[in-house]
Amino acid sequence: MTALLQPVGIDVEGVDLAFGATQVLRNVSLSVHPGEFFAFLGPSGCGKTTLLRLIAGFNVAQKGRVLIGGRDVTALPPWRRDVGMVFQSYALWPHMSVARNVAFGLEERRLPRSEVAGRVDEALDLVGLRHLKDRKPSQLSGGQQQRVALARTIAVRPQVLLLDEPLSNLDAKMRVEVRRELRELQQRLKLTTIFVTHDQEEANTICDRIAVMSEGIVQQVGAPMDLYDRPANLFVAGFLGTANFLEEGGRKVMVRPQNVQLGAEAATGAFMISGAIVHREFQGATMRYVLETERGPLIVDEPYDPGRSPYAVGSQVNAAIRPERLVAVA
Amino acid sequence: MSGSAFPVQGAGRGIASPGLALLALLIGLFLAAFLVIPVVTVIFVAFQPKGSTGFTLINFVDFFSTDLFRRSFWNSAYVSLMSVVIASLLALPLAYYTTRFEFRGAALVQTLGVIPLIMPPFAGAVAMQLLFGRNGTVNLLLDDWFGFKVPFMEGLNGVIFVEAVHYFPFILVNLSTSLRNIDRAMEEAAQNLGCSGFRLFRRIVFPLAMPGYVAGASLVFIKVFDDLATPLLLNVKDMLAPQAYLRITSVGLADPMGYVISVVLIVASLLAMWLSTLALRGKDYATVQRGGGGTVKRPLRGIDRVLAYGAITVVLVLVLAPHVGLFLLSIATIWSFAPLPDGYTAAHYARVLSESGQYITNTLIYAGLAGLIDVVIGSAIAYLVLRTGMPAGRWLDYVATAALAVPGVVLGIGFLRTYFGVTLPSGQSLAAFWGMIVLALAIRRLPYALRACMAAMQQISVSLEEAAQNLGATRSRTVRRIVMPLMLSGVAAGFVTSFATAAVELSATMMLVQTQSDAPLAYGLYVFMQSPAGRGAGAALGVIAVVIVGLSTYVSNRLVERDMAARSEAKE
Repeated sequence: MTALLQPVGIDVEGVDLAFGATQVLRNVSLSVHPGEFFAFLGPSGCGKTTLLRLIAGFNVAQKGRVLIGGRDVTALPPWRRDVGMVFQSYALWPHMSVARNVAFGLEERRLPRSEVAGRVDEALDLVGLRHLKDRKPSQLSGGQQQRVALARTIAVRPQVLLLDEPLSNLDAKMRVEVRRELRELQQRLKLTTIFVTHDQEEANTICDRIAVMSEGIVQQVGAPMDLYDRPANLFVAGFLGTANFLEEGGRKVMVRPQNVQLGAEAATGAFMISGAIVHREFQGATMRYVLETERGPLIVDEPYDPGRSPYAVGSQVNAAIRPERLVAVA
Repeated sequence: MSGSAFPVQGAGRGIASPGLALLALLIGLFLAAFLVIPVVTVIFVAFQPKGSTGFTLINFVDFFSTDLFRRSFWNSAYVSLMSVVIASLLALPLAYYTTRFEFRGAALVQTLGVIPLIMPPFAGAVAMQLLFGRNGTVNLLLDDWFGFKVPFMEGLNGVIFVEAVHYFPFILVNLSTSLRNIDRAMEEAAQNLGCSGFRLFRRIVFPLAMPGYVAGASLVFIKVFDDLATPLLLNVKDMLAPQAYLRITSVGLADPMGYVISVVLIVASLLAMWLSTLALRGKDYATVQRGGGGTVKRPLRGIDRVLAYGAITVVLVLVLAPHVGLFLLSIATIWSFAPLPDGYTAAHYARVLSESGQYITNTLIYAGLAGLIDVVIGSAIAYLVLRTGMPAGRWLDYVATAALAVPGVVLGIGFLRTYFGVTLPSGQSLAAFWGMIVLALAIRRLPYALRACMAAMQQISVSLEEAAQNLGATRSRTVRRIVMPLMLSGVAAGFVTSFATAAVELSATMMLVQTQSDAPLAYGLYVFMQSPAGRGAGAALGVIAVVIVGLSTYVSNRLVERDMAARSEAKE
């Protein structure tokens, strides 16, 4: 887009939300920085979509506030909020052409006809679909529909962009391609964006920061690597990748499978554990072993080396963990 | 119709066995004898010079040069169109408010909205006359209080009013379904882009609900265009269906005008169906939508709330008026030139039950047999289409569905013309045999029963049948042990619907009833209503009809609900 808006932040303050007797969000507070690509990540039913819809104005909280660019929008209806939302189902209106879909929001803003046409083209150019502007949504592939939905939203130059599982209806290959495009577009527009997903890989690869949610509670907020290396609790540790949990000196600690060395001599200061290999899984780049130890099962990933024969199931091995790799979790 | 849209499922694909071929042949013969040949005969006769053979258009020239027929044609068209307009005005607020807003009693409103359908429209007509006629309750009160009257029931107005109140549920049901099926994200996306209120309705909601609306509206148009008994009871004779009836019954079977009118009726039905298909082309929106949830209901506030409850109260009063009127009439001693009856009595019911038990028995037998024929043929066609892929199955589906375009009057005339010359061993004409009434009813209701059977079979996953065959069950044993039990409640619902609507059907029946002792309830009701003295008894018979149909509808709904509940349990 030609004119870049000053990016704005989003603040959610102390939100409680229930549908009937079901408490969906519990005292949720978080801040999305201006221009940031932010993710709500969690399993289904964790409240992430509800929180997104709350920001868009489709859900009403019993308690708490939502601020966009410092302005309290809690009492505003969806059509006064100026937040762009891309729906999981895309929600392209089947009775309108691609161009009419994209023009809709501009028409609602009473822009002069000439300007509408120009901005429709501009938005469709941005997603590379100007040549399909006269098609009906039913004549587009899933990926194209997704791009039209995005163009329709950014055509109105919203203050912030909300994406509700935008990749979930695409096939695996398409998903990788589109998520890269999303990231590029977001960088180019400098648009504060929230992305809802249950897929930690998606969130990790394109987002600046992630809020991990479970049972209506924000468990932890941080950059992808921080969350992976220093999860605040069992849920975050387990949800972002594979984790081993051990008792060490009366506290619970976590270690990632790739941070365990097999067959090592007892090293000074290292945490040693021994056990029998009960499973072996070849995963391509890594070989995964599951050990049965006196402290419970232990998952270990070793880089796969074709020049070395792997441990056999049933063999006894020693495992070493460097103390700095042990992370205390709540 | 949508016949071609069904993919053939399952292992049986493309396999034709002698047994299945015989089944298809028998159904084909049945449809040929009681649908195709009678209708073709009617069309044929319309193009023949009176009393001889050959091809001529003279009958049509006669038709269009006769003042009465031209007027009848325009009256029928005008009444049908206006009925659609009024019915839309009744249905729209009900459908919109109950599907889009948190609404006290939304379920009640939707249920009450369907109530008119459980009464034959002509039964309602007399009651409406008493309530809204020139000297009916409403006008007497208006005259008393404000000194003027409203001609609700004068001439064509009366037909429009009665038909609109009777048939608007077709629009209500179809429109509500459409509205409910719209992915809620469709509306939220518009709100997100700054659209709300009436603009949201005009730009997004209504266009998306259009398919349901058009389907309902064209159905109303066709039903009104073909209706015979309502105009006759309101003493409106210059419309097409009544003219066809009067020509055949008073001038005779040889008079070509009845046939010409029949052809005009068929063409009008086909035209309405064709136009609605055209309007709906490429608008099968349901397939584009995915994910997302159903509708979110919004709270109703302020002026909206007043408007909503106001509109709904008016509609509900209108909807219940014929029923209340009919009930009052059935227990009234004398009711004329007064807002309410002069006194009350149970004598009409006593009279009906002692004199007219035959009508009720006949109705139960006729409608029961017709319903049974319908579900047997419907299930068989559904199986041929969905499970064997035999081209014959598809053709049977088309032909059976084509009965939708055949008005009852036309079918009646066709039966008379085709089978009048055939005599039974008893010496009676075949056309006068009561069994013909059953067959006419069965043909008339077959399209609806067929859809119900198709739906029931489509819900059965083919893998269930394949599993049975994999374990050694033959095709016929699979049908008996797996398909039939699973289809049962769906088919039962189809039976009840056929039964209930056949019980109050009059247009084909009117042509075919030859003796009083063979007459069904609807016919008896019509006869009673002809004389002022018989009105009370007629109304009592009408109330009994309403109760029968109402109970059947209730049973059918319960069957469908139970079936759905069982299915969702099975999934979990």
